[in-house]
Amino acid sequence: MPVFRSIVFAAALAGLIVGVVISIAQFFGTVPLIQQSEVYERKAETGVPPAAHEQGGATHDQGKPHSHDREWEPEDGFQRNAFTVAANILTAIGFALLLAGIYAIRGRQVTWREGLLWGLAGFVVFTAAPSLGLPPELPGMPVAPLTARQTWWIATAAATAGGLCLLVFRPAAWAAVLGLALIALPHLVGAPLAPESHSEVPAALSHRFVVAVTLTSLLFWSLLGVATSIAFERISRPQI
Amino acid sequence: MQQSQSARLSAIAVDSNVIAQAVLAMALGLFIVGVVGFSHISAVHNAAHDVRHANAFPCH
Repeated sequence: MPVFRSIVFAAALAGLIVGVVISIAQFFGTVPLIQQSEVYERKAETGVPPAAHEQGGATHDQGKPHSHDREWEPEDGFQRNAFTVAANILTAIGFALLLAGIYAIRGRQVTWREGLLWGLAGFVVFTAAPSLGLPPELPGMPVAPLTARQTWWIATAAATAGGLCLLVFRPAAWAAVLGLALIALPHLVGAPLAPESHSEVPAALSHRFVVAVTLTSLLFWSLLGVATSIAFERISRPQI
Repeated sequence: MQQSQSARLSAIAVDSNVIAQAVLAMALGLFIVGVVGFSHISAVHNAAHDVRHANAFPCH
């Protein structure tokens, strides 16, 4: 399976590079904000009586104990950051497999500029559209049940991807109407709402986090689109 | 359009083979993202915690 091998090699290479670069960006952008927020999260956990805390609904999912309580978690510092880098590399490889698969199906040379456009489409599908309904949240903010949010997130990404494909690849008027409707539909249905409850996390911190996530994600998808297109072209057509 | 029938058929056969391999790779990619970003296993959640928040994946 030569095409499969080319896709996997290209995705592994692009994902490794982009995963490391984006980790560096996150250590300056999102990670300090997450750590600041966890100070408020811990304060809320220790300061509020458990009954009142659970009543608020759902900083925790279905009453499950939070990750800070009993289960394994990486130690702060080197170990935690190493896992962040590893998770970033894996995520980048996963999304790069998606992009390289598309490039293979295109069946012709995908330039770095076309790769950039595919990357930006990834940004719209996997960051911009889901973030409209479920803005990036810091630890300790009130949220709806996890499974409901995951379901809405995945459905929104799928509908946005389908809608964009119809808009771009079908020139007919019905496709444009259906494509736009598909993109709008998840937002008309609405994302699962967080329960009304007080959060210790300051609004300014939360706002900075939304901006930081959006910018690092824009960088991630731009780099991944370009890196995957270059790697896939080099690996699948080395003679050119 | 100018291709002969047999050349077109073999081109379609090659294409569907390429598409099958590409779809397989894409499914693998989605599986990896699913485990890192969406798995409910607590250890996986804790290991990838900061990345889930930074990617705006739904998290605890």
